[in-house]
Amino acid sequence: MSNAVDMILNLRPVLAVMVSLIASGMIMVCGSKVSPNVRESITMTACVLKAACVFSMVPAVVAGKVFDINIIQIADGINLHFRTDPLGMVFACVASGLWTVTSIYSIGYMRGHHEKNQVGYFAAFAMCLCGAVGICFAANLMTFFIFYEILTVATYPLVVHYRDNQGKKSGRKYLIYTLTSGQLFFAGIVYVYVLTGTTEFAAGGFLQGKISGGAALFLFLLMIAGGAVKAGVMPLHSWLPSAMVAPTPVSALLHAVAVVKAGAFCVIRIMAFTFGPELCKSCGASDIMAWVAAATILISSLIAIQKDNLKARLAFSTVGQLSYIVLGVSIMTPVALTGAIYHIVAHACMKITLFMCAGAIFVTTHKSEVSQMRGIGRRMPLTMTAFTVASLGIAGLPFLVGFVSKMNIMAGAYAAGKPLFAIVLIASALLSLTYLVPVAYMAFSRKSINPDFRDYNMTLKGEADWKMLAPLVITACVSVLLGVMPNFGVHLFDLAQMAAEAVFEGGMI
Amino acid sequence: MISENLPIIIVLLPFFAALLTPIIAFFQRVAARWYASAMVTTAFALSIWQLSKVTETGTIRYNFGGWEIPYGIEFVVDTLNGSIIVLVCFMGMLSMYFGMHFVKGLSRLKSGGFYTVLALLITGLMGMSSTGDLFNLYVFLEITSLSGYTLIALGGDSGVISAFRYLMIGTIGASFYLIGVAFIYAQTGSLNMSDVSELVSSGEATGSVLVASVCFIVAFGIKMALFPLHGWQPAAYSNSHPATTALIAGVMGKIPAYAMVRFFYFVFIGQRASLETLMTIVGVMGAAGMIYGSIIAIRQKNIRKMLAYSSIAQMGYIAVGIAIGNYYGLLGSVMHIIGHSLTKGGLFFAMGGVMYKYGTSSLNSMGQLYRKMPKTVVTIVIGALSMVGIPPTTGFFSKWYLALGACQSGQYWYVAVLVVSSLLNAIYFFRLLEKIFMDKEMTNANRMWDHRGELPWLMMIPIILCGLGIILTGLFNTEIVGILGIAVQGVV
Repeated sequence: MSNAVDMILNLRPVLAVMVSLIASGMIMVCGSKVSPNVRESITMTACVLKAACVFSMVPAVVAGKVFDINIIQIADGINLHFRTDPLGMVFACVASGLWTVTSIYSIGYMRGHHEKNQVGYFAAFAMCLCGAVGICFAANLMTFFIFYEILTVATYPLVVHYRDNQGKKSGRKYLIYTLTSGQLFFAGIVYVYVLTGTTEFAAGGFLQGKISGGAALFLFLLMIAGGAVKAGVMPLHSWLPSAMVAPTPVSALLHAVAVVKAGAFCVIRIMAFTFGPELCKSCGASDIMAWVAAATILISSLIAIQKDNLKARLAFSTVGQLSYIVLGVSIMTPVALTGAIYHIVAHACMKITLFMCAGAIFVTTHKSEVSQMRGIGRRMPLTMTAFTVASLGIAGLPFLVGFVSKMNIMAGAYAAGKPLFAIVLIASALLSLTYLVPVAYMAFSRKSINPDFRDYNMTLKGEADWKMLAPLVITACVSVLLGVMPNFGVHLFDLAQMAAEAVFEGGMI
Repeated sequence: MISENLPIIIVLLPFFAALLTPIIAFFQRVAARWYASAMVTTAFALSIWQLSKVTETGTIRYNFGGWEIPYGIEFVVDTLNGSIIVLVCFMGMLSMYFGMHFVKGLSRLKSGGFYTVLALLITGLMGMSSTGDLFNLYVFLEITSLSGYTLIALGGDSGVISAFRYLMIGTIGASFYLIGVAFIYAQTGSLNMSDVSELVSSGEATGSVLVASVCFIVAFGIKMALFPLHGWQPAAYSNSHPATTALIAGVMGKIPAYAMVRFFYFVFIGQRASLETLMTIVGVMGAAGMIYGSIIAIRQKNIRKMLAYSSIAQMGYIAVGIAIGNYYGLLGSVMHIIGHSLTKGGLFFAMGGVMYKYGTSSLNSMGQLYRKMPKTVVTIVIGALSMVGIPPTTGFFSKWYLALGACQSGQYWYVAVLVVSSLLNAIYFFRLLEKIFMDKEMTNANRMWDHRGELPWLMMIPIILCGLGIILTGLFNTEIVGILGIAVQGVV
């Protein structure tokens, strides 16, 4: 009996992946036949089960246990292989935890906004999470790529959700960027397999000594294209702002958490777990990535300032913030890598709050431009408070979660003798003060407020539905909590540190 | 008794179906259809048995009438053609089921005749796959071609013209094959494949082997519609009878490709080095076809024509695998024969269903199809993803093996072509999906099948099975690789 239980418990990584796949199938098959409440209960059950699977593994992983599962041989000599390493756990916790929150929000948003095609929406959403968690636990490049492409394809219906011309256009752009880069990534994986006879990730890389110089750099650029496009590294970012035509919960979860983070995660997997720090440094890959990331951080902030549409502004802020992660990896010190991994958590919590605020504002007041939002704090005080907290977090103020990750990246930059990158980070923090914090300021401003909000007086009557309000308050609180106690609850900071140390010890995970 | 004579029984079952169907149809039309289907279904079951036998105990050699081998005709079944025979039976069986509703209400002669020709096509394809004799292959090639012409001509007025065109070009192809066989016979005095293989293996390639090889490339190139010998193909595929396009496009084009593998890696195995240049030419033809077919497919407004051009590109994948010629290259090639049969077959079944219900296959009339034919659209989506090469569908894995083979032999440019071609595929397949899911609803004015439900269940079965097959052959591709590997390992 206890053996059977143990076996099932050991299968938790697979269960975490499968549960949303099954949910997606169930929603697709019977979604239009049952009432919306039953349909959404499938989503919610899957969310809770998935989060339970993932979070219950954390203590074991922190203690050093590795769940290692070979399911089938998926190609000649390569297994469909899942393994829980600390890095994967961090991302899995973020994705599955925030899926639960976003699902509640989605229900509120989609119903509040009377959206069409809700069946397809919830099915594709679940499928995306299957892809995202599969990416987290993938132990080799093949498994990784399979789930990476599943994520790419499953996101497409969400991007084109409105099925109008604008949606089609963004959908095409999205596919052109992601499929092209995916194919380059594919070519890179083939070469890696031919070169080494394996695709298993190893902390500290497994290509060291197998390839060097220009060939290594070429292979690196092929493979990194897959990650860089999804992570929105300039000049490959332009699908990301276009994809913001999707409904706000999609932008919230996918374009702030799952898809773009999968890209950033892919960058980490390639640089730290495939090529390894030494090879990255010796072939010049890390320098290139660092400079590209630094440029992206500054340029995207400058573009964000010009945007009046709140979602567009957030999109460019996302582009910049993701490059923090890329920069953190490229600096190639343990501390910076810890910061980079932790920034996956930090940015996810903050950006999802911001997007959910933007969505709540849009559904309740139908305002999408920043210039129309003067005085909106009078109508939606709680929403705008959460917005303010998250904005300050993005700017990296102490006691907020953004500070923890940025401080680590900066410390790493100093330690590596590259203070210029630290200056870039500070400049970017100041810039984000100029594009996000003014929104919060305007919201609570008493001067020349939008007449629409004049009659409200800081009560909760004008707020969005509780299904939308509760999630964004929760994520804002989490941003504060993790800022004060980075290890709160599930030891995410410890996990990030474990992952980073493993990479630089050169040992296996 | 059955167990010993498996190879011939499997080929004879559809042959007897072809012989008796018109007679039975004279008395009872429905019984004739079910009789033919039952025969092919039995053949399918036996072919699986045969494959498992071959996998366990090794190659089966079956010689007819007790004649000694270099003189008599023999069937040789190893794991390579054992798998291909299973594929032919499977797709043939599904086509039989799928055709039932198309011929309902036709006259005795027409409905019986349709099943006769269909069964003959299956016989020819299975014979081509089973045989170990050069001239016997020609006989089955002609059976295949003649029944193929008829089924294409059944597709209406434009079908007749396309069939005639195919007949002209196909006859040239068959003649080339015959000329090639003549050259081989002149040099070796033998028609048995394994015998020829031994006789030509020693020493330098003689002129006649080279000429024969060129003839075979042209002959099979025409039959498999390899660029630039594909002229007959798009019209033939897109104008053929909608119930049979799946078999014609899915399998009929693949068996010549299998024959090419058989010739260059089993019969001429001893002359590999001297045929290297020819193989490069096949590779260049394939690579050019991959790009050309995909680009022209983008221009098409008719889905069946689009799929036909896409087949030219896909045959290019197979040719490239043959050209690479190492273990993974050949595996990728054969995997693609199997995977693409299921994929293209599934897509053509789905389009056949759409044509049956709405009488159109125009790209612009597909709007909101997913509301009306959800299960069919699922297969179309899965098929499209497989064509683009998204894991875990079968298309991805055959591409993976092809790319592995290309990388291992250092021919990196094939990988580049593969990448470009799959991106071009993505353009027209995602456009199809965009039309199906996002365009305005098409009018129901020309709805032809007006019952409740999506399609008759006999048509639903092939569509669903192909959709499932695409996923399953993808997920469990190592099982197939393991089986194929036994045969392929021996020659590389």
